Amino acid sequence: MLLPFGLVLILALTILIFGLPFGQSLQLLFEGALGDKFGIHRTILKCAPLIMVALGTIVAWRAGMFNIGGEGQLIFGVCVGGWIAAAAGGLPAGVQTPVILIACGLGGALYAGIAGWLHAVRGVNVVISTILLNFVALHLLSYLVRGPLQTSAGTIPQSEPVDKAVRFSILDPQTALHFGVLLVPVFAVIVWFLLKHTTGGLKLRLVGANPNAARASRIGVTRVQVIALMLSGALCGLAGGIEYLGSSGILFDDFSPGWGFLGIPVALLAGLHPLWAVVSGLYFGALFAGSKNLEAFGATGSALVYAMQGAAVLAFVAISRFAVRQTEEAKS
Amino acid sequence: MNVFIGLIAAMLSLGTPLIIAAAGETVSERSGILNIGLEGMLLASAFAGFATASETGSPWLGFLAAIAVGIAIALVSAELILKRQADQVVVGTGVNLLALGVTGVAFVSMFGKTGQLVSVATIPTFGGKLSIDFVMLVTPLVVVAAWWLLYRTRWGLAVRACGEAPHAAEAAGHNPLRLRMQAMLFGGATAGIAGAYLTLAQTGSFAENMTEGRGFVVIAAVTFGRWTAKGSALACLLIAFAYGLKYAINAMRLPVAPQLFDALPYLLALAVLCGAGRGASAPASLALPYKPRT
Repeated sequence: MLLPFGLVLILALTILIFGLPFGQSLQLLFEGALGDKFGIHRTILKCAPLIMVALGTIVAWRAGMFNIGGEGQLIFGVCVGGWIAAAAGGLPAGVQTPVILIACGLGGALYAGIAGWLHAVRGVNVVISTILLNFVALHLLSYLVRGPLQTSAGTIPQSEPVDKAVRFSILDPQTALHFGVLLVPVFAVIVWFLLKHTTGGLKLRLVGANPNAARASRIGVTRVQVIALMLSGALCGLAGGIEYLGSSGILFDDFSPGWGFLGIPVALLAGLHPLWAVVSGLYFGALFAGSKNLEAFGATGSALVYAMQGAAVLAFVAISRFAVRQTEEAKS
Repeated sequence: MNVFIGLIAAMLSLGTPLIIAAAGETVSERSGILNIGLEGMLLASAFAGFATASETGSPWLGFLAAIAVGIAIALVSAELILKRQADQVVVGTGVNLLALGVTGVAFVSMFGKTGQLVSVATIPTFGGKLSIDFVMLVTPLVVVAAWWLLYRTRWGLAVRACGEAPHAAEAAGHNPLRLRMQAMLFGGATAGIAGAYLTLAQTGSFAENMTEGRGFVVIAAVTFGRWTAKGSALACLLIAFAYGLKYAINAMRLPVAPQLFDALPYLLALAVLCGAGRGASAPASLALPYKPRT
């Protein structure tokens, strides 16, 4: 219960440390995030990819696979989705939408699968391989939007937009709130159910909590780890897919403003619980939505939120002794 | 020939910070600490060096400030990782985000909106087109120092024992927490030098998230170098060569997409990790929390 107060405290301290006018900043943040319909919808749009990546992070980390590659999986996912979108132009719009979305998910899963394969076969540390794959994916996207996927009209490095009929339907034309955000809570419940109420979820949590005990119970530890990593990649890919089909349907260099990284603290502060991830994601989504208002004071809004996220994670580990790896003996 | 000299110069300039940071990371990992926050340390010290040089006009004071920041971050990480047994990956992720955010906000509030190019005095260079600087000359000494500390001192033996079996080291009368702390401080100081080098030798300016994953590349290089000072340095040179290739390709105007060469260092790091495989040479207690028995 300490956590919400802690988060508010960090928010207050950040504003003070960076010397922003206190009351005015809080008011602007609040107005930007929750003040009116526009604020609320902006918060929902901002939190959707954060929550999806957080869900992906939870699935992997619960299995002891420290996937830091959500960004790469998200981007590789939309690269595959963008490629499918370019290839599947002939299909009816109602078919294209799910096909592109699934392609994004599969792309993310495949990309995470590379790290999984390196881990299973070559014993490469997942933290390092997923981080390195992030950069490869970023440069791949940069190449694609200047080469194979570049729009035929003009020399701008971006892809051909996905047809409006294929994109998610807009729920509110004034704020561009789209149907895709409704998928996010559905995925949260699915992930929660899978982890909590299925045998597979039990195995996954056991592998994460104590691989030796899991091995003794004849669970294929490596197999479960790779599957968890690929599921995690799929969720990150879907995060990209929902954004791709929900926004302008265009791919470009900075398609992701770092959602794949920002989702990790969202998951951590939710205690790696899928339903709390929705709450934690809403909090940070609101901060992102509101922080745009603070740019008037010379502070880049999103950098302020990065600082708050980092401080929150460190404060959290300092207070709660949050240990993912419990003991030395847990290592095989 | 000019392209060749350019490639070597780029390799030296890009490799220097990697090698220095890798020397520290090697010592740190040998003690059992995987410093995921290295990326954030580099970024924060790059900014600290830049801001100090900008205020005082002296790049050397910038280096000092950067070292102080590297050590400060190492102290905070050590408090969380060693005293509170927090997960090393989680702490590192927090450090990285915090550094990204704080440097981003501080840069804009001190120097105005991004896009406006602010430059500071860089350290002097000599050697014509190769543009050698003082830090480059010191770099081999840092590597030798890391090797000497690890393999030629009683301290190094104790540190390596901590990385393998901290409980055994404790039974032998050592204090694993203190040794790990000292190893982390060495890592922080070297990260400070490396970070400052990025702004005060290479570019003379700062940009948000300018480290672009170099910290992670260094961690990969240490793994490829089999956790030895010399091996890590050679791995860094190889990766610096991959960074440098892009400049050579640009200079030769080859019809190859430059983005593919941007990805090359990371692909190379992955390939070497894959090639290095599951080795017995990894410190057995790397990245695992340690709680003293007493």
